Parts: sequence; C-alpha cells; structure tokens
Amino acid sequence: MDQASFVQHAVLLSLVLFALGTLGVFLRKNVITVLMSIELMLNGANLAFVAFSRAAGTLDGQVLVFFVMVVAAAEAAVGLAIVIALHRHKDTLDVDAFNVMKG
Amino acid sequence: MDAILFYAAAALAVGSALVVIGQKNPLHSAFALIVTLGSLAVIFGLLGSPFIAALQVIVYAGAIMVLFLFVLMLLNVKREADAPGRGARTLGAVAVVLVALLFAQAGAVLVRAEPGPAPAFDASTRRMAEILFSPQFLYVFEATSILILAALVGAIALAKKEL
Repeated sequence: MDQASFVQHAVLLSLVLFALGTLGVFLRKNVITVLMSIELMLNGANLAFVAFSRAAGTLDGQVLVFFVMVVAAAEAAVGLAIVIALHRHKDTLDVDAFNVMKG
Repeated sequence: MDAILFYAAAALAVGSALVVIGQKNPLHSAFALIVTLGSLAVIFGLLGSPFIAALQVIVYAGAIMVLFLFVLMLLNVKREADAPGRGARTLGAVAVVLVALLFAQAGAVLVRAEPGPAPAFDASTRRMAEILFSPQFLYVFEATSILILAALVGAIALAKKEL
C-alpha cells in the first residue's frame, strides 16, 4: 500500500467526516452537541489539508492546519462561554428555545 | 502494516463520528469525539505529519475536549428530549441536500484525480518551525496571539455573572 492511495482515501475520509458534521449541526438539538459537530467538520477540513499537502509535497497545508487549530480553540472557548451565558438566562440548552432575535 | 493501521483508524474515526451525532447524551458524544480526534491523529502521523499529529492530541483531544467536558459537567446537561423540534423535517431535508451536493462535488474531483507517486516530503517539527517563523507567516503567527488574548477576555466577560 503506497502513500498515493493513502492520500486519496484520506480525502474520502475527510469528506465523510465533514458530511457527518453537517448532519450533526442540522439534526442535533443540544447546543453543545452542535458545537461538537462543528469541531467534527473542522477536523474533516484539517484532514483534507494534510492529505493535499502530502500529495503536493509542500508544507503550506500543514501551516494552514496549524492556524485552523488556533482559531478552533478560540472558537470553542468563546462558544462555550456563550453557551454558559445562554444556560443562565433560559435554563435549557435546546437550540429551539433561543429565538429572541427571530423577526 | 501501515495500511492495516490506516484503515483501522479510519474505520474507528467514522464509527465514533457516527456515535457523536447519533445519540442523545452529549456526554457520550464528547467521549466519542475524543476517540475520533485520536484516530485522526494516527492518520496524520501515517500521512507523514508528526507535528500536526502531536498538536491534534495536545490541543484538540486534550485542551478543547477538556473544555467541552468541563462545560457539560458544569451545566449538568441531561439527555435531549425525544420529540423532534419545530421544523426538524425541513432541517433534515436541507442537511441531506447539502451533504448530497458535497458528495457530488467531491466525487467529481476524486474521479478525475490521477494520483501520481507522492513526492518526497519532510514535515518534521524543525521544517514546520522554519516556515512558521519565516517572514511569510511570522506576522500571522504573532496575530494569532492577539486573537487568543481576545478570545480569553471575551470568554471571561461572557461567562461572568456580572461585570
């Protein structure tokens, strides 16, 4: 088994992970599970970056993965702080309960 | 050997990702997500990226997931209600259409791709550091520290009871 077919199957795996993350964002009702599904999508994108970086033989994709991880960490921290604030106001984590901004 | 490890990790990643989105208890989702992230670290390592694999374990499976578990236990989250919410069917249809579109696009790319032999590749931590601290990325790298500081202040301000 050579590296080239690894790359192709890794891209396929990243596609599956991104799709599962998308389904999670749309189908789950718990805010925290939705955030975890977003992490799943980010990881799918990261895997695609690493696979294509391997295929191209350059390191630009890996640098991008590094920055994606930094932004994901910041996003998780702020997102979970918002979740705590929401829970304090409504005493629930159901996404359907948060519709104050609905026009 | 590498192939067995690769496909075992890939199967584990897909299986645990299904658990993440497939069941109602968010605590179980979080633990399944840790398994997904760990098996992705194995795949990063097999693709010749030891630096990213280590970061995946330390930052993702370590720091970010601890944050998730901390909040889940702090808020004492219970199972989701079983009844589907308003507009759940429309949302499900939108999700399926989006996923089908994604598979069609990626399938078109993958069918046309002709994998050549992978070129020589050195993604050691030393090479990564040389690139990250080169003038090309140095300012971006420094800017991320401001981003993290802003996220830190923002998270504290949001989660505090009153300022």
